Amino acid sequence: MSSSEMARPQAPNKKSLALVTALCCFTACLSMAVKAAPWSSLGGPLTAREISSWDIDVRPDGVGLPVGKGSVSDGQMLYETHCANCHGVFGESNEYIALTGGIGTLAGDAPQRTVASKLDYATTLWDYINRAMPFTHSKQLSVDEVYAVTAYVLNLAEVLPMDAVLDEKTLPQVEMPNRKGFTQDHGFMRVDGKPDTQANACMRDCLDMVEVSSTLPEGFTQEMYGDIRTHFRALGKHTDLEPSAASEPAAISAGNGATLAANHGCLVCHAVDTAKVGPAFSAVAARYRDEPAAAAILKAKVRQGGSGVWGSAMMPPQSGPDDEALTTMVAWILEGAAAP
Amino acid sequence: MKTEHPERGRLQTAPALAAGASAIERRRFLTTLTGAGTVLASSRSLAWEAGEPLPVPDSMRVLGKPVAADAYGHPSPHESNVVRRQSPGLTRTNESSIAFAPLQSLFGIITPNGLHFERDHAGRADVDPATHQLAIHGLVANPKRYTLDALLRMPSVSRIHFIECGANTGMEWGNVAVPTVQFTHGMLSCAEYTGVLLSTLLDEVGVDRKRARFILAEGADGAALTRTIPLEMALDDVLVVYGQNGEMLRPENGYPLRLLVPGVQGVSSVKWLRRIEVGDQPWHTREETLHYSDLMPDGTSRQFTWIQEAKSVITSPSGAMKLFDKGGYYEITGLAWSGRGRIKRVDVSTDGGRQWHTARLQEPVLSKALTRFRHDWVWNGEPALLQSRCIDETGYVQPTIRMLREVRGTRSIYHNNAIQTWQVLASGEIRNVQL
Repeated sequence: MSSSEMARPQAPNKKSLALVTALCCFTACLSMAVKAAPWSSLGGPLTAREISSWDIDVRPDGVGLPVGKGSVSDGQMLYETHCANCHGVFGESNEYIALTGGIGTLAGDAPQRTVASKLDYATTLWDYINRAMPFTHSKQLSVDEVYAVTAYVLNLAEVLPMDAVLDEKTLPQVEMPNRKGFTQDHGFMRVDGKPDTQANACMRDCLDMVEVSSTLPEGFTQEMYGDIRTHFRALGKHTDLEPSAASEPAAISAGNGATLAANHGCLVCHAVDTAKVGPAFSAVAARYRDEPAAAAILKAKVRQGGSGVWGSAMMPPQSGPDDEALTTMVAWILEGAAAP
Repeated sequence: MKTEHPERGRLQTAPALAAGASAIERRRFLTTLTGAGTVLASSRSLAWEAGEPLPVPDSMRVLGKPVAADAYGHPSPHESNVVRRQSPGLTRTNESSIAFAPLQSLFGIITPNGLHFERDHAGRADVDPATHQLAIHGLVANPKRYTLDALLRMPSVSRIHFIECGANTGMEWGNVAVPTVQFTHGMLSCAEYTGVLLSTLLDEVGVDRKRARFILAEGADGAALTRTIPLEMALDDVLVVYGQNGEMLRPENGYPLRLLVPGVQGVSSVKWLRRIEVGDQPWHTREETLHYSDLMPDGTSRQFTWIQEAKSVITSPSGAMKLFDKGGYYEITGLAWSGRGRIKRVDVSTDGGRQWHTARLQEPVLSKALTRFRHDWVWNGEPALLQSRCIDETGYVQPTIRMLREVRGTRSIYHNNAIQTWQVLASGEIRNVQL
């Protein structure tokens, strides 16, 4: 995105600047003692042009939205390339965050918090896509592309019609289903706010009966956490763990394929033994077992991205790992992606 | 073999060390030790009968390691269980996830830097301090940028404060969900932070006090995480932080620069801070609409629920620990804190809230910081229900989970500051329960 695309109508207001300057002079003249703090030279000045390249936030009233536009139909291809992997073709997948559905469920026993059901302003969706999406390679969509993807998501959410086009003027006018679903009538906004419970500090004979109403199911801790005793220091009479188990943390080598895969975000979409958004590494290893050029083919696939081999989910091109890291990871995958 | 050394009783419970342990068990145990490269076998086997001369440890017979053998320094290898952990199944990726602090194993009020809880929204950012800058602009007379060099030369302050994620204890609104205090309360840490008061920087840029109402803080991570903060807090005690417990921030806690908003849910203390904009309206960012807003039973969400209300928890004895010493002394100890100021009092109950006893508070008792409390207890071997309840300087009393549910239902995720109950069974096993 060029800085001109990101420019926004927030240049300092000349009138207020002049007023501030006049006030400062006035105060200074009055007291004859007001002067800049001795550390005032430490901060460097910022021009409006310099700010414009960083200032990406968008408010509900549209302040901060750059000039641009995108349609629902423009957004479809972009969505299917960059978003559908995680959010589902219809925005319905709850694997990460569901974008659609859930409207009207927030008051029920199983509330679904989705973009469609929860957001109060559509500007928030634009702002978040622009600053944080796609998850593995954010800030690479152009301004027009962000408008288009926003329009498409809002169409999937049944907020906008098929022929909708969004720009900096129309986006703030979109009425989200949960527009009136928020309240600031609570005590959490101020340090002296009023709490919503008023317990008393009874000290003696406070209750007639005490009954346990909830516990973990039998065997749950062992199943989920393994030997929970290993979560405790083996000193101090609180566990029968063998006290002198002087183990080093599992050694993790920087050149280890498993670590590299974790650090480069591969495990967001892939797992070793199960298919997630992308295929299991073990399945990749099996498919290329008899292919002499497997390493080179896989390296190219990672670099270029693609889809169709394992289904319609699109693997985005990956430029993150350097060649050495990529070679190590691919070798690790082809050897069966063993745990470190 | 009666002994007056209390440790001895515990050590005997470890199977490999029991007098009757088989040779194979014993060998396997010693092999484990040797395999870890630690010469402990002779000193740890306690091959000593009461009344005999005390054994002289090997560490007294050999030359130790040179100074700075470990130039930065690490915990003893015997402490390898004391680590941050993820809660199984809680998050879909390891990048937008959380690692919990091991509160069950910590002393005092300061969280060691390597154990401070970590919450990232798009992975841990690696930021180069030489190129990092903080921009401050918006409704200000003189927008400015600060390099790390410049910020390190500004007038500084050090303050001890807690950071608690708004979702701490959020898994337990409807029922018990996790076994230990690490997972019930471990989105919580406390450190001595050093940096520049944000008010000093806002004075420098000449914030427009007539029109300005809020600031927006933004991080330099993949999520460019943003949060709205009211100007009155920004001008009060908010810090732009580079130091944590005497050293620079760790990468996972925002190196080289983060915001610290004392007493406010952790997500506002934006890590990898790169930009502050001053404005006259809140921004309604994703992290104050889709998330971090508290869903009420009527389907409305409380928005901008910044303050963390008073809360306490017993950290020892606590869930999944085991008591072996019937009739023995146990110190009940834990943590209390309030986003509205100082802790005034903590009470402890061992019978599920029928009778309460006022605990001792360890100095210092600081505003918006963890406070350590202690209470002497002799366990009579009967089942018990351990609870703590704190009162802060506003007079607010920590509520029960039932009181919270009456007002907020069970779907709000955030701001669960209920009294925690640990059930001690006759066997000595301790379980997380709700009453």
